[in-house]
Amino acid sequence: MSAYDLTETVLFFAVLLAFTKPFGAFMARVYQGERTILSPLIAPCETLVYRLCGVDRNEEMEWKRYAGAMLLFNGVLFAGLFAMLMLQHLLPLNPQKMPPFPWPLALNTAISFVTNTNWQAYAGEQAASYFTQMAGITVHNFVSTATGMAVVVALIRGFARRTTSALGNFWVDLTRGILHILLPLSLVAAIVLVSQGVIQNVAPYRSVPLVQATDNVQEVTIPMGPVASQEAIKELGTNGGGFFNANSAHPYENPTPLSNFVEILLILLIPAGLTHTFGLLVGNPRQGWGILAAMLVLLILSFGILQWAESDGNPLVAGLGVQGANLEGKEVRFGLAGSSLFTVATTGTSCGAVNTMHDSLTPLGGMVPLMLLLSGEVVFGGVGSGLYTMLAFVVIAVFVAGLMIGRTPEYLGKKIEVREMWLSIVTILTAGVVVLIGSGVALLVPSAVASMANPGAHGLSEVLYAFASTANNNGSAFAGLNANTLFYNLLLAVAMLLGRYVPAVAILALAGSLAEKKYVPPSLGTLPTDKAPFVVWLVLVILIVGALTFFPALAMGPIVEQLIMIR
Amino acid sequence: MNDIRPAILLFVAFTILCGGIYPSLVTGIAQTVFPHQANGSPLADRSGRVVGSALIGQPFTDPKYFWPRPSATAEFGYNPLASGGSNLGPTNPDLLRQVGERVKNLRAAGLAGPVPADLVLASASGLDPHITPAAARLQTARVATARGVGEDVVAKLVADHTEDRQFGILGEPRVNVLALNLALDKLTP
Repeated sequence: MSAYDLTETVLFFAVLLAFTKPFGAFMARVYQGERTILSPLIAPCETLVYRLCGVDRNEEMEWKRYAGAMLLFNGVLFAGLFAMLMLQHLLPLNPQKMPPFPWPLALNTAISFVTNTNWQAYAGEQAASYFTQMAGITVHNFVSTATGMAVVVALIRGFARRTTSALGNFWVDLTRGILHILLPLSLVAAIVLVSQGVIQNVAPYRSVPLVQATDNVQEVTIPMGPVASQEAIKELGTNGGGFFNANSAHPYENPTPLSNFVEILLILLIPAGLTHTFGLLVGNPRQGWGILAAMLVLLILSFGILQWAESDGNPLVAGLGVQGANLEGKEVRFGLAGSSLFTVATTGTSCGAVNTMHDSLTPLGGMVPLMLLLSGEVVFGGVGSGLYTMLAFVVIAVFVAGLMIGRTPEYLGKKIEVREMWLSIVTILTAGVVVLIGSGVALLVPSAVASMANPGAHGLSEVLYAFASTANNNGSAFAGLNANTLFYNLLLAVAMLLGRYVPAVAILALAGSLAEKKYVPPSLGTLPTDKAPFVVWLVLVILIVGALTFFPALAMGPIVEQLIMIR
Repeated sequence: MNDIRPAILLFVAFTILCGGIYPSLVTGIAQTVFPHQANGSPLADRSGRVVGSALIGQPFTDPKYFWPRPSATAEFGYNPLASGGSNLGPTNPDLLRQVGERVKNLRAAGLAGPVPADLVLASASGLDPHITPAAARLQTARVATARGVGEDVVAKLVADHTEDRQFGILGEPRVNVLALNLALDKLTP
């Protein structure tokens, strides 16, 4: 790794960690309903929203009602977006006269954005009107993110509260997340991105003559649109659905190395901050730092492997007289570190925006994002969903460690019993089951196999990646795969639904179960979960679960391809 | 089911707030403070006519122009309506065939020695406006000959159009191909 790449990487992590503590503390205050520096401006709006929408902010919900409200709200969101996509041609702000989405694509897209996946089987600049991008997709980027945050906040309350069934109020948690956290940050981030060259307008596409016209092409059409406002929340909410087909590789979404740096920071900001929010709310910040450390170890490890694999280049291409790193599917301006950092950030979280085409990564390099998806999106993870999945891993790690040293497992003063183990295992294994069964089915269907863009082992990686990405609500792709078919639109929609709501409901049930428990004070026999040995243990549990579940599939995909490439 | 009312009303409220007010506010500020960037960083030729964007690459094959990276966009290279990469995997025979042809073309145009990877590998967006300074240096002699000007004149222009790492740290040094070619046209039509 060059000295510049190393400097950029170190700088990035320094900035991220500098933000984590104050921002985590800010979010803790927001979800406790305490005053923050933004309260004078936002609290009146918040009150107005509650009054207009019939929300009693002091009403507490037990877990079933909390989960019911979450599901109901998501159902309304789905219906709204599905209708908007099907009726796009009748709605305003459509200067390019985009036709309606066909129903399988509308179904897939609506589910994709409601579940915070942002899998895209369409190209934004050719299919979506400005109205759809703003009032549809941008809105869903906010609300699906706030939904994930609300679920994790309920879980944290489950750990923090004692002998109660009250987990908070879903409507209040949702509203606070959007008004106090997501909107102000997105506004600032969007303006910073515009300063770098991200576009923000509602003008029609612009035709320009080519400087060197060819026989076939004399002029080209450059798309326009309200990109920055969507780009900011797309990264901040780990949504990842691009305004343009090329996503954050597109110069109008990500024009400079600084915009790239800011976008990676936005992706990791809330997931990192939430670890501290967690520590504060359960009354022991060290617990949060332990989880942050485990995430950092996995992220830096992944970055190192990817950076090494890509800087080595493709030996088959080098054989043709070419010198340098594997730049296929990469942009010059970001540099290798800027590309690799983005790639691990976007797949470690459930973001799924890309500034690099993952399909063209070297086999081992491509296995890094795939492995990050398959580990259940816990390396920072999606906004909210990353931390709650990680906490399910913590419960399992505590339980297994408890068995090994012969003690009753407990975490944060709560006894871990059969019910908690069941719910944690459901949370963690749902995605894996969906990935393996889904990919297996796809490989048996000839039309699904025909969607592969690359032959051999790489084709298998494309299918595996598609299911890993959707079941974990990531949304990035080995994009060669033609996923806009009836088969993939429907099956991947099912994968997204199961991958989002089965764990979310299991987590709320877990929160309900934990909240009702008595507090058990720590004793000499309690396993300390805020010390380095437990962090190492947690990392190992994550790696072992991931490896045991997916090793055979990985062996037939990227590992075989690597062997072919270096032969 | 007294939660139905807030579910629907909050959906409406957030659609207005996050889908109407927020993007309008961003548009208003962007158009006031950064109108050039917000409208796509347009570039004009010597007659003042807008011929593209500083951020969106264009295809060049004439020897008197600097050549950009290969582009895998649909229909034709550098099609701004079809952004995207090749998505070819590293062992795909199609990739190796394409790279082989591009290397042959560059050799035919007089390029000797190792080929910089960015000149033969397609970008992620298909619209990458930049090449590396090494890729520009290797083309300087060809462009100077084709235009009948001194190599030092072209080399100076390349140097003027080379952006350093941002703040000296972030990203990679790079040359904006369209801006450089427009500057060449201003110099020697």
